[in-house]
Amino acid sequence: MLDVAIRRPDGSTAVDLGRRGAPPLPVAPALAPILPDGLRRGATISVSGSVSLLLALLGTASADGAWCALVGFPRISAEAAREYGIELSRLALVHAPGTGWTTAVGALLDAVDVVAARPPHGRDALPAGDVRRLAARARSRDAVLVPYLRSSTSADSWPGADIRLTARDGHWSGIGDGTGRLRARRVDVRAEGRGQAARPRSASLWLPAAGGGVDVVAVVAVVHAIQVVGAAPAAPVVELAG
Amino acid sequence: MIAVWCPDWPVTAARLEAGLPAETPIAVVTANHVAACSHAARTAGVRRGLRRREAQSRCPELAVLARNESGEARMFEPVVAALEAIAPGVEITRPGLAAIGARGPTRYFGGETGVLHALSRAVAGLAALAGADLLIGVADGAFAAEQAARRGLIVDADRSPAFLAELPIETLDPSGESPLIDLLRRLGVRTLGAFAALPPRDVLARFGPAGAWAHRQAGGRDDRPVSARRPPVEFAVTLDLEPAVDRVDTVAFSARGVAEQFVLDLAAHGLACTCLELQAASENGEETVRRWRHTGVLSTVDVLDRVRWQLEGWLCGSGRPTGGVARLRLVPIETVPTGAHQRALWGGSGAEDDRAHRALARVQTLLGHGSVLMPVLDGGRDPRQRTSLVPWGDEPVPIRSPEQPWPGQLPAPAPSVLLDPPRPAQVLDDAGRAVVVTERGSVPHPPARFALGDERPVAVSSWAGPWPVDERWWHADSARHVVRCQLVDVRGRAYLVTCTLPEGRWLVEAIYD
Repeated sequence: MLDVAIRRPDGSTAVDLGRRGAPPLPVAPALAPILPDGLRRGATISVSGSVSLLLALLGTASADGAWCALVGFPRISAEAAREYGIELSRLALVHAPGTGWTTAVGALLDAVDVVAARPPHGRDALPAGDVRRLAARARSRDAVLVPYLRSSTSADSWPGADIRLTARDGHWSGIGDGTGRLRARRVDVRAEGRGQAARPRSASLWLPAAGGGVDVVAVVAVVHAIQVVGAAPAAPVVELAG
Repeated sequence: MIAVWCPDWPVTAARLEAGLPAETPIAVVTANHVAACSHAARTAGVRRGLRRREAQSRCPELAVLARNESGEARMFEPVVAALEAIAPGVEITRPGLAAIGARGPTRYFGGETGVLHALSRAVAGLAALAGADLLIGVADGAFAAEQAARRGLIVDADRSPAFLAELPIETLDPSGESPLIDLLRRLGVRTLGAFAALPPRDVLARFGPAGAWAHRQAGGRDDRPVSARRPPVEFAVTLDLEPAVDRVDTVAFSARGVAEQFVLDLAAHGLACTCLELQAASENGEETVRRWRHTGVLSTVDVLDRVRWQLEGWLCGSGRPTGGVARLRLVPIETVPTGAHQRALWGGSGAEDDRAHRALARVQTLLGHGSVLMPVLDGGRDPRQRTSLVPWGDEPVPIRSPEQPWPGQLPAPAPSVLLDPPRPAQVLDDAGRAVVVTERGSVPHPPARFALGDERPVAVSSWAGPWPVDERWWHADSARHVVRCQLVDVRGRAYLVTCTLPEGRWLVEAIYD
């Protein structure tokens, strides 16, 4: 590991390049509880369950200057990407069918900071060797590889991912029975992985939040039971949870 | 930093060596051209770069001396030793110009004046420098200190940028050969202040790392402390000489290999050296340690020059070792990144963007022009219209202005996945019939079950709409009359569906995934 820093005369650090591994890419504050270290360069972070979660993951890094590429996705809405903070001029959508997929992802990992890719499935499923090679390429190029998986089942997985993010139990609010409109969705996001991320973390997020973007669900005290003792005007016993 | 500058040092050194009096007009020539001249010669019209003949014709009594760089280094050695007596860590830019950090000695001598007094006393006592001029300057950065020394000024703390701002742009490279200076002059940038006022990002994008470095110097922001962050020791290279060598040119010849290795090792890690420490030891254990600063980055040739200069001063000076040189060690003291992650240093993102552009162009050649697309925010009432894709490299211009209000567009959040073309859907009511939208845009039997394509319909947990859209009805081809609905099924998935009127065909336009 290389350690380079340039300091001002007063001893404070002007530029700290730290390790050669460069600082991690930032994530939205709402995602910080599940990704405390941000997007570590060289890591493989698989995402499943929600395209919005993927866009939210890229948003802050892209706004901060990182280049992102999405490989093998259907049409992603530019509007939604913008709502999550993605800078469209630094986003490339690559349509790479069949065998071109591995080549394209490999070439992109060379120079693009975050490469999100939907692996082919079924007959064209990736051989295990390609999976390992791409992870190694991401590591050596200080890029972040984000495989997007349709579901979190074992049949559709990315072996060897450092962190696995899963979104589930989406619950939309703002919409009724013929009334209102879709305003926000509450999703439980869970991060599991290995190494530092071995302890699973989870968070409840608004994804998308009202007006777009991602936000934490404010923890509301759940009133478990209110017990009024006798007829006396005693204070209710309130038990708080959550 | 405190800089000490001896004007016309090549001339002074050559004159002292030749034993000529101080008032003689002297020119030092290399390759038949004047490399430096004394003040007396300059008043007679001799200039740098003149041919020898022409210089002699302008000033017939001119003493022409050949340039002797190792002699210059050797003669400068007493000055360095005097500076070293005041503070350790003397940095020599070239023979004739050296600097020490101001902070330590200022504290020790109780103020800058004390340091300057001590410095003048130490230098004035040098017998070898009889008749040589010596100027002292104090300023914040290495570049500013050099400029201050050339003018014999003391620049107050934090006033360095203002001091530099007044200077002409040629100050950055007095030789006048730099293409950067030439270009800046033609662009109308005539002072360092005007150059420093340019945004750093743009300077990096237009002039590259060298330009960005010059830009930092011009703004007085090259304030690297004398002992900045040390790069790790593994970049240091050592040359062991067996048997010991007492000739400078032999050592320099043997050092070529390690000098190359030194520069390449750093380059392989995306670094270049700007300040180098040269340690040499004799077979009897005497040592010499000097720091050499370079205004740019040190190349192999520069490293070898410094090896030659330092050994010349050591092997031929008064503190000459009793044996030959047995060991030589090159230690990088300060490095600047040249390649990867340069963005962090210069504050621009030019290199990063360049790399990304190249990689995307490469993917484009692998998979075809239309395979790499760039999303553009477009205008329109439909989520599908609001995203358009242009091939990578084409001008990302929206077809319709996204800034227009577009009344009738869906409020945020936008659906994340668009279906293009829209896919047919089954929207069924309680009885299992397709939901009908009346001419007035109402839904008598609300949707109860939904399926994308031919899937098995699942129950709808909530829905909203219908919202009629009647666009461009005055134009037969582009007219569009639909109602929009948002549906959430029991699995929690939300869809944007439309029903074309009057046919009553349901389509899924987008998914809120």
